[in-house]
Amino acid sequence: MSEKDINPNEKASNQEHAHQKPVSQGRRDAIKALATVPVLGAMAYGVYSKRKQELRNITSADMFHFNSEVSPLTPLSPDGKTIRLGIIGSGIRGKQLMIALGFATPQYVEELKQANKQNSSDNRYRDFREQEDLKVVITAVCDIFDVHAEEAIAAGANIHREGLNGTYGTAPRRYRHYRELLAADDVDAVVIAAPDHWHGQMALDAALAGKHVYLEKPMTWTVPETYTLRDGVKKSGIIFQLGHQNRQVEAYSRAREIVNKGLLGPVTLIETGTNRNDPNGAWVYPIHPDANPQTIDWQQFEGDPERVKEYMDYMTSAGLARYVGPDPRNKFSLERFFRWRCWWDYSTGLSGDLLTHEYDAMNQIMQLGIPTSASSSGGVYFFRDGRTVPDVLQTSFEFADRGMTLLYSATLASQFKRSRKIMGHDATMEVGNTLTVTIDPRSEQYRDKIDNGTIKPGEPFYHYVPGKSIDAVTSATELYFAERGLLYSYVDGKRYNTTYLHLREWLECIRSGQQPSCNIDRGFEEAITAHMGTRAYLEGRTMYWDAEKEEITRG
Amino acid sequence: MRSKRGYNYSTIQLYGLVILRVLIGWYFLYEGLAKVLTPKWTAYGYLMDSQGLFAPLFRMIAENPGLLAAADFINIWGLTLVGLLLILGLFEKAGYMGAAIFLILYYLSHPPLLQAEYLLPTEGSYLWVDKNLVMLAAVVVLALFPSAKRIGIDRIIYKNKSK
Repeated sequence: MSEKDINPNEKASNQEHAHQKPVSQGRRDAIKALATVPVLGAMAYGVYSKRKQELRNITSADMFHFNSEVSPLTPLSPDGKTIRLGIIGSGIRGKQLMIALGFATPQYVEELKQANKQNSSDNRYRDFREQEDLKVVITAVCDIFDVHAEEAIAAGANIHREGLNGTYGTAPRRYRHYRELLAADDVDAVVIAAPDHWHGQMALDAALAGKHVYLEKPMTWTVPETYTLRDGVKKSGIIFQLGHQNRQVEAYSRAREIVNKGLLGPVTLIETGTNRNDPNGAWVYPIHPDANPQTIDWQQFEGDPERVKEYMDYMTSAGLARYVGPDPRNKFSLERFFRWRCWWDYSTGLSGDLLTHEYDAMNQIMQLGIPTSASSSGGVYFFRDGRTVPDVLQTSFEFADRGMTLLYSATLASQFKRSRKIMGHDATMEVGNTLTVTIDPRSEQYRDKIDNGTIKPGEPFYHYVPGKSIDAVTSATELYFAERGLLYSYVDGKRYNTTYLHLREWLECIRSGQQPSCNIDRGFEEAITAHMGTRAYLEGRTMYWDAEKEEITRG
Repeated sequence: MRSKRGYNYSTIQLYGLVILRVLIGWYFLYEGLAKVLTPKWTAYGYLMDSQGLFAPLFRMIAENPGLLAAADFINIWGLTLVGLLLILGLFEKAGYMGAAIFLILYYLSHPPLLQAEYLLPTEGSYLWVDKNLVMLAAVVVLALFPSAKRIGIDRIIYKNKSK
């Protein structure tokens, strides 16, 4: 560009020369008009190079290509009959289960409403209102604490999911003893969320009464009742679902495909764990101010005499008397009633409460079955509040036939985030709501691709975000949102709670007669595995599983 | 100071303005193309991550399927279009107007407030002023000092018009 171009006299001089040199002027105009067009070429080249690089990743991700989309929610059967439910145990977990079923106290709904008024992004009220009707009615409730029972009645009657001053339906009947509830004709199925020491017995009694069962985990408290319950459920033909709602985590289905395709190579170590760091997470639950010997049926809380005998027999025969009590079983105690998880007298500790979730997730992905042996260590290291169950626990399960160890590692006094890892010779997969696969630098399966540069070992290579069909090019941004549940909820239109999905699956199986995902066989594996870990901890030695005799042995 | 083709700048002033215009255009164009090339790209996560005074509005858009589809479309093709306009110097005023609207919306949806914490990490440290705001100011300055009638397709269009 010449000085003349920006001369204030340009206008005049341009007009002057316009008719004299039209060609040259036109060319100059064109050059100036199109001067920046080459920039687009540079952009095109940049985009092309970047795409080529990405496509190379996609090509190398072909081995992680899956034809099947993980199945979206199948619609409820249109002419499914209404199922009449009894709720046994409506404390913390029982209330959550009722909410997942679509029943909450007016008080609770009112709180959700107010929460939304204060913070418009709090959509729990809308989500609860819009949650699909599962075609169930709650006809019966049983809780041995009056306040919990009354709350369950109010929730069961709140059929329109209304807040305070709404119109409610017929209130479910309250039964003082769960066996009376099981005898009721207007109950087809029961949801059991009592403390651990009641799980097996209540489920067994329900099966014998011909009621379908949704049972909170862990399946059993003593080892002997595990066998009795399995037999009872199988003979009765009822539909049994154990409450491992993680069965509904979409990513686990894809994780199973990845393992089955051998994409990780031989897996030798699985690492899972629990990290929590607050009193509530360590089972120091609040004590209700209205709780007292008049409002609590302590006698029923103590447990089934036969089951208690099994527990005491084991504890005394194995020399574990120091873990019993310390309070006598018949002594009323608010701490023991509300914080029962802290004592072996009612609890299965970290093994039953949290290890079972981790084990079941891995059992779902890897079809583990029962381990060949288990050893544990740990102790009461932080919450020295008189509890007998440990707050730090390490259990390693050996699957000798498969050449593999499952390590469970937990502390209730640090919530540092650790991912679940399935470690293979060729790749390691981190499993959560999303999946991340990292190829091992020493992989043999991927040797060629590592050598020719299509795979960068040691870096996350494959991501699975539920609902996304193109897996390999998931951007960092999307992963960020997906891991926090944002994309996830978008894909499904709304965010589904896994407990809701797990209950829904059970109800649909009752209607169709099919087996749910966490049936009695999976429950048996879960319970025996947890018991092996618990016994290894209590006795301080390795426990073995005799698969032929189906017995836990001391080797 | 005004001439037929806008302001009279020194050569270096004109170059500076054009370079700034092209750089901002590049930024917009690639933001648009990256979204074009991302299958199933959606603004959902970004909108849901909104904070500050206008957050309810942005979240409302995210949660309404129709509005979200519109927001996705406008982002993908709007960014691409604005980028092209600025690089080419075509309909310069409209390009700056579009760029400013996008930047204002981004700033309002993710204002760098004292207490705001976003899911997406930022690449810098911001207090009230972030890169969106700085770029907005740059776009406003460019709009006050137009350059496309000198270097850009507007040179041809407006020359023909003026004939």
